[in-house]
Amino acid sequence: MSSLINLIPAPLWHLIMIVAGILAIMVPLLVGVAYLTWAERKVLGAMQMRKGPNVVGPFGLFQPFADALKLMTKETIIPAGANRLLFVAAPMLTFALSLIAWAVVPFGEGLVLADINVGMLYLFAISSLGVYGIIIAGWASNSKYPFLGALRSAAQMVSYEVSIGFVIVTVLLCVGSLNLTAIVKAQEGMWFFIPLFPMFIVFFISGLAETNRSPFDIPEGESEIVAGFFVEYSSMAFALFFLGEYANMILMSGMTTILFLGGWLPPIAIAPFTWVPGPIWFILKICVCLFVFLWVRATFPRYRYDQLMRLGWKVFLPFSLAWVVLTAGVLVAFDWVPK
Amino acid sequence: MQTLLLEYLPILIFIGIAGAIAIAMVMAAFVAGRQKPYPEKLSAYECGFEAFDDARRKFDVRFYLVAILFIIFDLEVAFLFPWAVALGDIGVFGFLSMVVFLGVLTVGFIYEWMKGALEWE
Repeated sequence: MSSLINLIPAPLWHLIMIVAGILAIMVPLLVGVAYLTWAERKVLGAMQMRKGPNVVGPFGLFQPFADALKLMTKETIIPAGANRLLFVAAPMLTFALSLIAWAVVPFGEGLVLADINVGMLYLFAISSLGVYGIIIAGWASNSKYPFLGALRSAAQMVSYEVSIGFVIVTVLLCVGSLNLTAIVKAQEGMWFFIPLFPMFIVFFISGLAETNRSPFDIPEGESEIVAGFFVEYSSMAFALFFLGEYANMILMSGMTTILFLGGWLPPIAIAPFTWVPGPIWFILKICVCLFVFLWVRATFPRYRYDQLMRLGWKVFLPFSLAWVVLTAGVLVAFDWVPK
Repeated sequence: MQTLLLEYLPILIFIGIAGAIAIAMVMAAFVAGRQKPYPEKLSAYECGFEAFDDARRKFDVRFYLVAILFIIFDLEVAFLFPWAVALGDIGVFGFLSMVVFLGVLTVGFIYEWMKGALEWE
């Protein structure tokens, strides 16, 4: 074995390790996405006194794979009036973007694929790019419902992105670094959701809006514009949008965990908690966030569009902006700014 | 410089792999599914009607306005990022400069609000 390692030149070996690392992130992530769709149906079922999927496999556990197979064998319809290239590229873009953000996410102490020093900026940039997939899909379909859905969706996403940006800035003020590992380590004393609780709430709600989740799922409001920007999609192209949306939910939960819930850190740094490895804590916290995503969907009615825009621009934006100034002011006044 | 760029190599490879998987999935569906198109199937979905006119028509100018406002505030956020990281070094002076900048922007924001740019009815 060791002779085999020696045979392969060092740069190539480095490359192989990178690819292995990428697969070690991507495969569990995709399985997680598949089971998130299953969990959503189960949780919604339980909250509505139903059983949810329970036929395919024990507890319906094979349901996601059955769905995937079904979608795989469906016909890919490209409408006659559509821009064919853009039409096919949009779901790919959405899907790929929802995956590549994970390149910088730290799963544990040192367990990160690319520990770049602008990690938070990278995450913010990639999640902002998500709007392109939607706009392109809506435009390329050349159909009215997707067009309206894409416009609404884009306006909604950019509106809430502003407050997400301000919330991230507040956290950065308390850390003094854009590196995600540094952000998690800064929370060793106290998780940021305690001192920055209002920002935590703003971030979570904006996350719901950013991922087009209920109660902000107006772009996909079935009762008004059918399915919004992906009405015209079928087969795997549709599935990619679906997977992308759920992967974005997991990403948002991951960002919430890193920024506010202490990433891989245990709740209390004493014996029984510290035995559990960091990645387990990280995944558990993500699961809690995801459960709240589903819980919200089961509980709240859909917002009206004007209410949605008012919440984003007239409530969250001034509030988070004021909180940035307040946080910075407090940090400077008491000389608590991290050097 | 070299090591700095090397840090980004995994991201580049990640983008390549993610893109390849996305393309492979769509292609696989093309191959696996039976393609049987006909004009009705390929027409734009409009609840069973023939499409009345082209979908790319005029839309509400408010969406455009939101996009413009977004650019202003997103630039502001982009401006705040380095400031937030460097606040420890620039201290009170840096803080006050940013307060002045945000104050100017807030005046603009109040103007927008009063003008009704944020109204949707």
